[in-house]
Amino acid sequence: MVAVEERDMQAVGAWGHNARLDVERIRADFPALEQQVYGRPLVYLDNAATAQKPRSVIEAVCGHYRRDAANVHRAVHALSSRATLAYEEARDRVCRFLNAPARETIVFTRGATEGINLVAYGWGRHHLREGDEILLTEMEHHSNLVPWQLLAQATGAQLRFLRVRRDGTLNLDELDTLLTERTKLVAFTHVSNVLGTINPAATIIDAAHRVGAITLLDAAQSVPHMPVDVQALDVDLLVFSGHKLGGPTSSGALYGKREILESMEPFLAGGDMISSVWLDHAAWNEVPWKFEAGTPAIAEQIGLGAAVEYLTSVGMEAIHAHEQRLTAYALAQLQAIPAVEIYGEAPARAGVISFLVAGIHPHDLAQLLDQEGIAVRAGNHCAQPLHRVLDQVATCRASFYLYNTEAEVDALVAGIRRAQRFFGVE
Amino acid sequence: MSLESLYQEIILDHYKHPRNFGEVPGCAAAAEHENPLCGDQMRVAFRLEDERIAEIKFSGKGCAISQASASMMTEAVRGCTLAAAREKVTDFLAMMRGEREFAALDETGELEALKGVLQFPVRVKCATLAWNCLAHCLDAAGKDGS
Repeated sequence: MVAVEERDMQAVGAWGHNARLDVERIRADFPALEQQVYGRPLVYLDNAATAQKPRSVIEAVCGHYRRDAANVHRAVHALSSRATLAYEEARDRVCRFLNAPARETIVFTRGATEGINLVAYGWGRHHLREGDEILLTEMEHHSNLVPWQLLAQATGAQLRFLRVRRDGTLNLDELDTLLTERTKLVAFTHVSNVLGTINPAATIIDAAHRVGAITLLDAAQSVPHMPVDVQALDVDLLVFSGHKLGGPTSSGALYGKREILESMEPFLAGGDMISSVWLDHAAWNEVPWKFEAGTPAIAEQIGLGAAVEYLTSVGMEAIHAHEQRLTAYALAQLQAIPAVEIYGEAPARAGVISFLVAGIHPHDLAQLLDQEGIAVRAGNHCAQPLHRVLDQVATCRASFYLYNTEAEVDALVAGIRRAQRFFGVE
Repeated sequence: MSLESLYQEIILDHYKHPRNFGEVPGCAAAAEHENPLCGDQMRVAFRLEDERIAEIKFSGKGCAISQASASMMTEAVRGCTLAAAREKVTDFLAMMRGEREFAALDETGELEALKGVLQFPVRVKCATLAWNCLAHCLDAAGKDGS
C-alpha cells in the first residue's frame, strides 16, 4: 500500500488560500464573455475543452502580426529580432510559471497531444524494447493512451493500467504490484478531464522512481487551474496545452529534465532543429530547439507567454481556491436534483463535473442548455475507456475557470430543470 | 433556429415510444454503427421474406434525434425491396446533406419532421446514424445474394 504524500494532500486544501477573486473585474478582461448567445448572456462552462482568452493574449497575438511578423532564429533584421526576443521571452515566462530549473527544459509544442507524441517517438522508440512496460491509468484522455498503444506495437513493450475505483480515485493499492523493474515509464493525468479527480502526482512519481521508471504527467487539466511546480513534484516530463489556460490554440509546452531531453532523438526534422547539415547527414541543435523543427507557432507561443503572465498576475492559488469554492457550490446544487447522477466523488477534485440527468440524453441536454446560452460538453470527452468503466457511452460535463460565478451555476441548474420539464421527466 | 423545430412532437413521440426497437431472430443482415461525436451506438437488423424487408429492428442507446430517426426509418423501409430501401437511404442522406429538397419517404410523412435538424448542423450525424447503419446492412445483405 502506497501512502499518499503530504505534497499531494495540499491539493485538497486549496493551499489554505482565503483571498476572494474579484470575478467581475476578471470577467471584464475576457471580451468573449460579454456576448449574448440566442439573446441570452453567454454562460461558458466548457473550460475543460478550451478556455476563453483574456484581452492581453489577443493583443499579444495581434501585436505580433501588426508589428513583428517575421521568422525567429534566422534573420538579423529588426522584425526578426523582435519576434525572436518575444518568442524566447515566452519560454522564460513558461519556465517561471512551472518553476522549471532552466529555460532549456521548456520545449514548445502545439499542445499536450504533440508533447506526448514527441516523447513517445523521441524517447520511447529509442529506450524501450520487448518486455518493457508502460504504466498508464484507466482514466486517461485518448491523447495519453493512443500514442503509447502505437509505441507498444512498434517496440513490443506492454501497457499496464492502474484501475479507477468507484469514487473516481486511482486504486493506489495496486501500484506496488504494477510497478516492477520492467516498468520504464509511468504516464498519467494530473487531473481527470471527466471525473475531476486530482491524482496524487508526487506519490505516484516517487513510487515510479523507486523502480527506476521515468514519469510523464499529463497536466492539461491541472496547469491552467492550480499551482504546478515541476521541481517540487520531481516529475521527469510534463505536458500541457496553452489553449486551456487562455492562450491561443496550437500553443503549449513539454517540460523535461535536461538529461532526459538530451537522451531523446528528434521527433520532427527540418529547419531550425539542426546545428549543421550535409547532404547525407546532420547534427542536431541543442535542447530544446532540437525538438522545434520548422517555423514554430510564433504568434501562438507569444500569446501563451501573455496567458501565463495574466494567470500569474491573478495568482494561481487564488484561482484554485475560487474554483474549489465554485465546484463545491455546484456539486451541492446539482446533488439537490434527485434525477442528477454525478460521476466522480474524489475528495481532491478540480472544477470538472460530469453528470447525467435521468431520462435525458446528454446530447439533448447540451442542446437545450445551448439554447439558453449555456455551453457545456456532451459526449465521451475523449475518454472512451473510462466511460466503459462508468458503463455510460456519454456524459454531460460542466467545467469551470477563474471567470465563472455562482450565478452561472444557478443558470445551469435552472436550465437542467427546464430540460426536465421539456422532456417530461421531472 | 428554435428548439421546437428540432424537437417536434413527432420526434419526441418516437423517442419516448420507439417503434421496432429490439432484435430480429434469424436476421438476414445486421450492422452496428457508432457516432464518435457522442459515443452513441446503433444496431440495425432485418429479415427478408419474398425479397422484401419483412421485419426490421434497431437497438442501442442514443439521443432523441438518433432514436426517433431510427424509429421512423424502420417504419419507412419495412416492406421495401432491398433496392427500394437503398434508394430511400440514398435520398434521406442527400436531404440531410442539404443536397435535395425534403420529400416524403414514408407513407405518413413523419420523416419530414427531421427537416428541422438541418438548422443544427452538428446534430445531422445523430439523424443519419441509423441510416448509415442500414446502408451497411443492405450492403451485407446484397453480398449474401439474399
